[in-house]
Amino acid sequence: MTYYELWQACREELLAAAWSTLQLALGALAIGLAVGLLVALLRMSRARHVRRLATAYVELFRGTPALVQLFILYFGLTAVGIEFSSFQAAMIGLGLNASAYLSEVYRAGIEAVPKGQYEAAQTIGMTRFKTMRWVVLPQAIRVVLAPIGNVAISLLKDTSVASLIATPDLMLRAQDLSSVYFMPLETYLIVGAMYFVLCFPLSLAVRMLERKTSR
Amino acid sequence: MVVISELEHAAQLFPYFLKVLGLGALSTVGLTVASFAVALLLGFVLALMRLSRRVWLRSLASLYLELFRNVPILTQLFILYFGLTHLGLTLPATVAAIIGFGLNGAAILCEVFRSAINNVDRGQAEAASAIGMTRRMALRIIVLPQAIKVALPGMANFAISLLKDTSLASAAAVPELAFKARMLVSETYQTNLIYLMVAVIYLILSLVLARMGHRAESRLRGGH
Amino acid sequence: MSYTPPATPAEQPLVRIQALHKSFGRIEVLKGIDLSVMPGQKVSLIGPSGSGKTTLLRCINYLEEPTAGDIYVDNQLMGQRQVGARRVPLRDAELARMRGSIGMVFQRFNLFAHLTVLQNIMLGPLKVQGRQAAEVAEQARALLAKVGLHGKEQAFPDQLSGGQQQRVAIARALAMKPKLMLFDEATSALDPELVGEVLGVMHQLAEEGMTMIIVTHEMRFAEQVSDQVVFMADGRIVEQGSPHQVFRDSQVERTRAFLRAVQER
Repeated sequence: MTYYELWQACREELLAAAWSTLQLALGALAIGLAVGLLVALLRMSRARHVRRLATAYVELFRGTPALVQLFILYFGLTAVGIEFSSFQAAMIGLGLNASAYLSEVYRAGIEAVPKGQYEAAQTIGMTRFKTMRWVVLPQAIRVVLAPIGNVAISLLKDTSVASLIATPDLMLRAQDLSSVYFMPLETYLIVGAMYFVLCFPLSLAVRMLERKTSR
Repeated sequence: MVVISELEHAAQLFPYFLKVLGLGALSTVGLTVASFAVALLLGFVLALMRLSRRVWLRSLASLYLELFRNVPILTQLFILYFGLTHLGLTLPATVAAIIGFGLNGAAILCEVFRSAINNVDRGQAEAASAIGMTRRMALRIIVLPQAIKVALPGMANFAISLLKDTSLASAAAVPELAFKARMLVSETYQTNLIYLMVAVIYLILSLVLARMGHRAESRLRGGH
Repeated sequence: MSYTPPATPAEQPLVRIQALHKSFGRIEVLKGIDLSVMPGQKVSLIGPSGSGKTTLLRCINYLEEPTAGDIYVDNQLMGQRQVGARRVPLRDAELARMRGSIGMVFQRFNLFAHLTVLQNIMLGPLKVQGRQAAEVAEQARALLAKVGLHGKEQAFPDQLSGGQQQRVAIARALAMKPKLMLFDEATSALDPELVGEVLGVMHQLAEEGMTMIIVTHEMRFAEQVSDQVVFMADGRIVEQGSPHQVFRDSQVERTRAFLRAVQER
């Protein structure tokens, strides 16, 4: 079988699996963005133990492999009665994992706004809340977009790890198809190319964003 | 009554788990170190290619970078594994994993090195050429020693993510920590205890790596 | 657009500073400052770096919290409230309101980078004072024209020169209709040829009767524009008087030494 013939045979299944992968990544990103913001705010809390808890959360998720986190969510939690489907476990696990990195991105974004901006806002009579709303956060968002893009790309690639807990994604489909057509190398090369097609445009977009914000 | 004996059972198995997981951890560390070495060498070469004046070298390096950064590591490992078999080379899974992580890591380290070299004060490179140094000499004697300092945080971060990525080698039955964990779980069903221990071990390992990175940074900074 | 002085009884100082002390950790930067500024007065603060002039200025609008002493602006205690025998720091909203009537111009301009020039000027009146957009926009355009930047409404701060940015900063402060304007080395970060355009605007403001406290290294400007000159060194006021007194006829050696060193440059 040639590559082309293999592609023709597997195309529909692979595209369906790619869509599944995309959904997984988008869902995890949404979870990560929301939880990450919460964690970032908690890390800037005035209560010391709240800060410590949030920091521990970040250290935990950044210091252990995503694979182990997925194992715990999928296999470990059944022992305490919570059963997630592999897709759910993957989305939650990858989402929480991303939230740890995103909380750092948010923090860096806020810290990147120069102190002078806060002071200028104060001298025109703005309360702390208004300062954040009208002066600091709008500027922080610009700083934060490119790094979020990078996390999104990593997330897309990390969905492949979900195949190891039998989540129906692109890699798992590739595994199945390898045992049907007995052309593992060709199958994985095609899948690699599909990941490339998904990630490369994002990489270019992030590169462009990075160039714009580093004037 | 049932609960107590379950805990007792787990407690009995604890030393056994520790031994097996300990060996797995050793394997993980070895895997990380070997892959890091490969990535370091290759990444340095790639960085030089990226900074070269010859367009074809730069383009080649760029192509490599784009390929390895836009495809998941797991996919790369599988492609490498089956590719080697296809070529008739039967390497042990561990070696294939080291090569795979090394190739991927080279792409990441290349960018770390490149930005480190670019971040060393441009004026110093100019001053070097003003006193008659060739570009290569200036690079070697002035820029690189300082670039290493700037690159350390990036290298430390890479080392930590490499440590975590080695868990993916478990898919190829490489006997590292994650693989041993799965093995133990299927043996004894003590899922939570085992994964808890695994998480703690990874945490300790990454903290150790982070500490090593900090120490290397402060030593290089203080040595002036 | 002419400036109308605020309704304060003519005898009362607009700014009254009593026994002001400020320490940063163990370092005492202000060692007991007493100063009064009447409405419409222009006061220049001069002195070597580290003398505490900027810290003093920043205490007036409570960007720095005094360690001891009182600051009254328009008869209101700045930043604090008397509760029985104790002093309690003001809440965020009250402090913000008090700050709204004091305008400040920074050495590094601190224009809001994500907003156009016009939006920079309009932000305060719109979001803090809650005024109507049409009226605010009209005032903003007038202020922009007044500082000589008509036509730059839609520009972003990073498209302007330093002198232009500083003039926008002045317009932004004026948009809040302040009773008092504080200038923290407004021209120190500017290229020499751009200093004049900013000093020109400050002159104009002075002529219109604005109460101004100016920290500056521009001695000639200070001499021309001030009613009162305050020379500070090591956290204390060393000499205080009319421009002629301080610049031309000082009897204090420390002042003379400083002026000599500055002249030599």
